[in-house]
Amino acid sequence: MIQAILKRLLGAVPALIGVIIVTFILTRALPGDPAAYFAGASGSQEAIEEVRVKLGLDRSLPEQFFFYVRDLARGDWGSSLTTGQPVLTEIGERLPASLELTLVGLILAVVVAIPLGVLAATRPGSWVDHLCRGITTAGVSLPTFFTGLLLAYIFYFLLGWAPSPLGRLDPYTSAPDFVTGFYLIDSLIARDLETFRAAAAQLVLPAVTLALFVLAPLARMTRASMLGVLSADFVRTARASGLHPLTVLFTYAFRNALLPVLTTLGMVFSFLLGSNVLVEKVFAWPGIGSFAIEALVASDYAPVQGFVLAMALLYVLLNLMIDIAYGLVDPRARLQA
Amino acid sequence: MSALIPNAAAEGSIAISGTAAPKAPAALLLEVDQLAVEFRTRSGTVRALEDVSLALAEGETVGLVGESGSGKSVLSFAAMGIQDPAARITAGSLRFAGQDLLAHKGAAMKALRGREMAMIFQNPRVALNPIRAVGRQIEDVLARHTDLHAAARRRRAIECLAEVRIPDPERRYAAYPFELSGGMCQRVMIAIALACKPRLLIADEPTTGLDVTTQAAIMRLISELSAERRMATLLITHDLGLAREYCDRIAVMHAGHIVEVGPTETLFAAPRHPYTERLIAATPVGAASLDDLAAIEGNLPDLRRTDLPSCRFAERCARRGRECDAPLGLVAVGAQHSVACHRPLGTESAEAQHVAFA
Amino acid sequence: MASSTPALVSRPEPPPGPGLLLRQWRVLRYVVGENPLSAMAAGLFVGFVLLALFGPWLAPFDPLASHVGEPLSPPSAAHWFGTDALGRDILSRVIVATRLDLGIAVAAVALSFVIGGLMGAFAGYFGGWFDRASTRISDTIMAFPLFVLAMGIVAAMGNTVANIVLATAIINLPFYLRVARAEVRVLREAGFVEAARLAGNGEMRVLFHHLIPNIMPPMMVQISLNMGWAILNAAGLSFIGLGVRPPEAEWGIMVAEGAQYIVSGEWWIALFPGLVLMLAVFCFNLLGDSLRDLIDPRRRT
Repeated sequence: MIQAILKRLLGAVPALIGVIIVTFILTRALPGDPAAYFAGASGSQEAIEEVRVKLGLDRSLPEQFFFYVRDLARGDWGSSLTTGQPVLTEIGERLPASLELTLVGLILAVVVAIPLGVLAATRPGSWVDHLCRGITTAGVSLPTFFTGLLLAYIFYFLLGWAPSPLGRLDPYTSAPDFVTGFYLIDSLIARDLETFRAAAAQLVLPAVTLALFVLAPLARMTRASMLGVLSADFVRTARASGLHPLTVLFTYAFRNALLPVLTTLGMVFSFLLGSNVLVEKVFAWPGIGSFAIEALVASDYAPVQGFVLAMALLYVLLNLMIDIAYGLVDPRARLQA
Repeated sequence: MSALIPNAAAEGSIAISGTAAPKAPAALLLEVDQLAVEFRTRSGTVRALEDVSLALAEGETVGLVGESGSGKSVLSFAAMGIQDPAARITAGSLRFAGQDLLAHKGAAMKALRGREMAMIFQNPRVALNPIRAVGRQIEDVLARHTDLHAAARRRRAIECLAEVRIPDPERRYAAYPFELSGGMCQRVMIAIALACKPRLLIADEPTTGLDVTTQAAIMRLISELSAERRMATLLITHDLGLAREYCDRIAVMHAGHIVEVGPTETLFAAPRHPYTERLIAATPVGAASLDDLAAIEGNLPDLRRTDLPSCRFAERCARRGRECDAPLGLVAVGAQHSVACHRPLGTESAEAQHVAFA
Repeated sequence: MASSTPALVSRPEPPPGPGLLLRQWRVLRYVVGENPLSAMAAGLFVGFVLLALFGPWLAPFDPLASHVGEPLSPPSAAHWFGTDALGRDILSRVIVATRLDLGIAVAAVALSFVIGGLMGAFAGYFGGWFDRASTRISDTIMAFPLFVLAMGIVAAMGNTVANIVLATAIINLPFYLRVARAEVRVLREAGFVEAARLAGNGEMRVLFHHLIPNIMPPMMVQISLNMGWAILNAAGLSFIGLGVRPPEAEWGIMVAEGAQYIVSGEWWIALFPGLVLMLAVFCFNLLGDSLRDLIDPRRRT
């Protein structure tokens, strides 16, 4: 088992190398002369040359790549021009906000999409099936930033059910003591239900917005995979053995149907991390997405590159976790890894 | 319909010939009576089974043969109550040891399925849950149908594996289907089916998808276990040679009808239905050389047609005559031997042609 | 729906020019006839194409002119979709934006279709180092969350519309590459390809005249499924301030401009461009689904 996990860890190495090479290329593809850029608008010729040497831009590309990797490994991801802080620190501070939002969105989507897909597959042609088809087609057509605004308008402005869509907490509540950085968890650790409620209230709309977008591919895949498995020979065997219909449905059909859904989860995470940026902007959510957008607007490149790298590393990590989960569910993958 | 029931001889005076010697008169276990099954599809209603009657006594092995698509599997699935959701039983009855299986929305069937009546399938490698250890799959059945506690279930599951002659059953208990050969998977499936000691086993092409040597081993295992437990066995196959080797009686299906039923040797020695004769001629066992093998001309009729003739073989039949359009049913032609044909073979000299009109 | 599928499934030798067009016309008619939703999508599609072509002539006002109406006025008879903070007519801006939004998506999809398709076809047909290299490239692209990669590309290469197109093309490339590669690998072994080779056709000729025409149906499905996503992606990039610059009319940017007014109740500024964007994506997704059902009924979900 541990060996299988190790093998999977090794399997993530090519993706990791690819990601680092691409981010390196992106840092060297800056328009114009990066040295002139980093020296600032008023930089003299000497200053530019100084920066060039400091950044190692006077060396060959392989050498530059080596220094780039070394700096990354040391935690030197450059500094933000606007805040003056190291990029890694900035990202580290904002990451929990993004992760909390993304995870809650994902959990919401999974909790709705999987039962919906299973129900639709067990009752083909029923209203649940039609609902599922409708949601999956409409869901992938939703521009996340627009659904977010629409939800904010309806639930904040018209109905007044949701708090003002700005940030993780309303201005009257202070953040819980830092433990995990997840306000929902930290407030519970501090036994501060008031803060928990406030954080949850702020979280609902952005999380629902995210969930609405990724619900579609999940429900679609669950339905398709469940339909396939339900007509499989081994489900027929289980039925012929007189097993309880629920045993057939869950122990036999659903666990097998989960495998393609797990695979789809990789694509879902890609969507999720991408739309996370948009949702953060709509709800002024202080995560790494908003950070990157602010830096983009200010033409502050180091944070943007750090953001791309961080997201890619996160994505590689998530894919690795999917891979390991797959191995746990499927003995074939476990033993043949 | 009485002609279909074994040992309820139509003409008591006729001696029974061949190796299918009558055992002590046994109680009827499965009775299929005038069963009709339809599939409603978008392109029309498929009349997959019509007026199908068949009975199995305890301890008896009956073969159900016919081309692919003749309705063998539809019949067995209906008997187990695991037919496709699009299938509807529109007429007839199913009884198991006297109980009506279709009563109360199949409540009796649900209670008996997997415990009293069990089924094994073709392609064993895909007919087992790929991500569950085989021992656990046996335990699932035991958990459903017995009161055994967990440790006893495990012991019994290993016992079941041993009963189907799987070597090293303790170790195999934890194996996954992909780690086993096709033959081993089929043994596991038999173990699952027999875990609760059923009285009826339906084997749907149990050797299809296995290599030849394994086929023989699996068939021997099935027949040994059937004999040991006096278990009625319905062997569904398109392989007449296989049916001849292992079955007491054979029922021949064509396009959703049973066209002939009889003791194995009688049927092979003197087939009465032209289709049975063609089927035997197309089987390598009976033929001296490959040149003697004769393909059956024509195809099964499209069962969605609304103008199906009363004899669904008529359009492929060389012996077709004017009387063939008349309504048709199985008629006794010997001990335990019936045929559904207006112009059966072997009656040219007799006046039997005229008696069959219903 | 599955009962009668036209000749596309059996992958016949493609007839030259007009035959192909005729067949595509029949396919379109079939899609429209089978399913009312598909018919609606096809109608919308035609509508969007007309708007993209003739938008500037159809718009009632100059999309860039401010104070054609009272600023921030809700929808009225004069301004169906209301006006924005600068008093510009939102209807006119939404109409005129069609060309830019669809243009970006079409250009990006065309780029990734041609480049990804060719790379995939070569990789699938010849195998070897080119196959390994292109697979590695597409795997590396797929190792990123795609929208984030697009952000990074635009940030690095410069904030222009051309770079939005390029970034969207790059993140879509793997999909075309994979489809083309897989299809060619299957077809490479097909009888008619062998026959063409035995008839003395060179490898390139076999590839371009016999294989590539035959992978078009699944590639078309990929295009139609991809268009909606490309539109969403481009609009998302401009929503966060990349590519298209104000005062240019573009759906994503218009939603962004309206975002700040939504909390104070001026819903129409963001709503109409957002709705039209959604409708466009929905229309392409529906068409894509229908086309897939038609070409490959097995993969229908």
